[in-house]
Amino acid sequence: MQGSPPIQAMTRTGAQILWECLLREGVTDVFGYPGGAILPAYDAMLDYPIRHVLARHEQGATHMADGYARASGRVGVAIATSGPGATNMVTGIATAMMDSSPLVCITGQVGSRLIGTDAFQETDITGITLPITKHNYLVTRADEVAPALREAFHIARTGRPGPVLVDITKDAQQASADFDWDAAAPRLRGCRPPAPPDPAVCARALELLNIAERPLTLAGHGLQLAGAEPALRALAERAGIPVATTLLGIGAFPASHPLNLGMLGMHGEAWVNQAVQEADLLVALGMRFDDRVTGNLKTFAPRARKIHVDVDPAEIGKNVRVDVGLVADLGAALAALLPGVLPVDRTRWLSRIHTLKGDAAVRDIQQLPDDGHLYAAHVMHDLWRATGGDAVVVTDVGQHQMWEAQYYRHETPRSLITSGGLGTMGFALPAAIGVRLARPDAEVWAVAGDGGFQMTMAELATIVQERLDVKIAVVNNGYLGMVRQWQEFFYGRRYVATPLVNPDFARLAEAFGIPAVTVRARADVVPVVRAVRARRGPALVEFQVEQEDSVFPMVPAGASLDEMIRRPSPIVETGADA
Amino acid sequence: MPSHTFVVYVEDRPGVLNRVASLCRRRGFNIESLAVGHAETPGVSRMTIVVETDAAGARRIEANLAKLVNVLQVQNITDVPTVSRDLVMIKVAADAAARAHLMQLVDVFRARIVDVAPRSVVIEMTGTEDKIDGFLEVLRPYGVLELVRTGRVAMVRGHVPAVRTGTAGEDTPADEATHSV
Ligand SMILES: Cc1ncc(C[n+]2csc(CCOP(=O)(O)OP(=O)(O)O)c2C)c(N)n1
Ligand SMILES: [Mg+2]
Repeated sequence: MQGSPPIQAMTRTGAQILWECLLREGVTDVFGYPGGAILPAYDAMLDYPIRHVLARHEQGATHMADGYARASGRVGVAIATSGPGATNMVTGIATAMMDSSPLVCITGQVGSRLIGTDAFQETDITGITLPITKHNYLVTRADEVAPALREAFHIARTGRPGPVLVDITKDAQQASADFDWDAAAPRLRGCRPPAPPDPAVCARALELLNIAERPLTLAGHGLQLAGAEPALRALAERAGIPVATTLLGIGAFPASHPLNLGMLGMHGEAWVNQAVQEADLLVALGMRFDDRVTGNLKTFAPRARKIHVDVDPAEIGKNVRVDVGLVADLGAALAALLPGVLPVDRTRWLSRIHTLKGDAAVRDIQQLPDDGHLYAAHVMHDLWRATGGDAVVVTDVGQHQMWEAQYYRHETPRSLITSGGLGTMGFALPAAIGVRLARPDAEVWAVAGDGGFQMTMAELATIVQERLDVKIAVVNNGYLGMVRQWQEFFYGRRYVATPLVNPDFARLAEAFGIPAVTVRARADVVPVVRAVRARRGPALVEFQVEQEDSVFPMVPAGASLDEMIRRPSPIVETGADA
Repeated sequence: MPSHTFVVYVEDRPGVLNRVASLCRRRGFNIESLAVGHAETPGVSRMTIVVETDAAGARRIEANLAKLVNVLQVQNITDVPTVSRDLVMIKVAADAAARAHLMQLVDVFRARIVDVAPRSVVIEMTGTEDKIDGFLEVLRPYGVLELVRTGRVAMVRGHVPAVRTGTAGEDTPADEATHSV
């Protein structure tokens, strides 16, 4: 069944209907792992022009689908069997939920008559995933497959995107039913597309915006989910408003733009955090005032009025009391605001921020002479230089993630893929596989710590089996570095359960069939990255970096944004301190 | 903390009650009472949920409930004129001597005796929670053996627009729509 689909209803098995629906939803790639309860679906898959990537763990499959979705904006699809296959997906689903990533996860389930009997590999996956999915379905009949899948795709990508799970019993896959695509159109009575921006609310937002003397835009992930980056740029330039980004907002605004200040929050730039505290207006766009962004809520941006624009009404006023809450698609909201934005002269505020920055460029850790130490920050900076800033970088979670955010300058949307809300170690490698398939044109780098890499490194085999050109940087500091840093700062340097005895990463990669290099000196970073880029195909570079380095600045959990721990000399901070 | 009363219209499907309860639990809200049954439209159930929370919490509950795919409409009716009722059945110890007194009380409170046994009676009463609480107070000395309450059900007075029954993608005025985002 390869040609164009017939118009009339046709009889198909539930398993065939599954693939018919995926085809019509535009799915070309799925990530999964087979097993008994999903076997009918796998068997039927052979007859459909869909690429299946065999992961080495179902968590990997969900992260792949997630990476695919984040890089492309399309719905990512993961598939697994019942019981342990389904429960292995849980971390990946929660990761996607926290970062609003559109996913459809398909699981096999035991036969419908066995449900509730503790049958072999039965698990209540719709119950388990209830709080970590946007919605989920248990499908027990073949004729329910198409409506459930169509609704699942609709829900996953509409409004604030998110993961949807469809659990299909084995007998529903095997039984036959009439397949009628049109008749299966979503009938979601409780589900509305976001309403257009309310003109009265827009007017109030504009009032605040046009009189603000020290405004600051906080750009979040929602801008990229909505494809509203050009509108953000237009707004910033027209109003002369500087832009700070959240971790997931990175890429929404070009790093090299003079109005881009960089990241705010726990490991944000010192001047950005200071500017937040001095601002008289915050324009929060598609971000949700996470505690990693705000620090102590009681002292957060004490002088600022707040405008919050988000597609999700439940986010307005959740963490921070706002003066104006505008619920709308980000693109529509900015388009509605833009004509009313007056060009106001804000040179005083911009020069104040410039002062806060100091001569950071000179003091930047990257500019220090090579003293024989290889700092992870060097690696990120040099990776940026050697790739021309053009790569899609997929990071894991920990210190290297923060250094990447600080030192790799992202110019384009969706060029940094990282687990923000859940902070899921093990994300980078599998997510990079998904990114690779979503963006065949792009250079893709997975950047992981020595700890997180080992959580999902089995996916190296997937890279080889699928012949994927993924470059991998393992930042080896011999520690669960971010946790070690907390132990250093807050637990009297008692390094419990953070030192790592690691495998030889280069030899490990080679055992999988992936060429690998180990880098120990700063001088080797750029040449090695260049050499690796010049060769098609996967490669792994292990960077053995300074072991006890810490990420600065740091706002301790619960402290005010301006109460930052700064980098002690002799390694000088990126900010305005000496 | 004050209580807030929500009227929630949901699709009448398996698991919907679980979704609503799970959401309240996961967002850290304690349900004081929850009553559910069929609404005027076939296929639609109506819940009355009472939650103890402040105004900001009430807004969060409302917004989050509205996001559930099976939820058709949420109204916070705390501050609008409503008729609200609770139904209670109370088994009270009652020998022959006490019975006469009880019957008088039942009369005064406009309750009803619905079962009589040699040593107890079952009394049924509907009313506001206040009124029921008051009734219970005077019954206590007799010995309350068993008690069951339905929890609050409530309805807004006067005319209100009926629950939406359209399908996804249909246009509705913004103030009526719930957002499942
Ligand atoms: C699955 C998971 N378990 C535990 C944590 C807590 N955690 C956050 S960062 C971190 C250390 C990461 O170490 P590594 O991967 O070596 O990166 P580094 O911080 O050294 O760059 C840990 C354990 C987490 N985020 N995710
Ligand atoms: Mg490490």
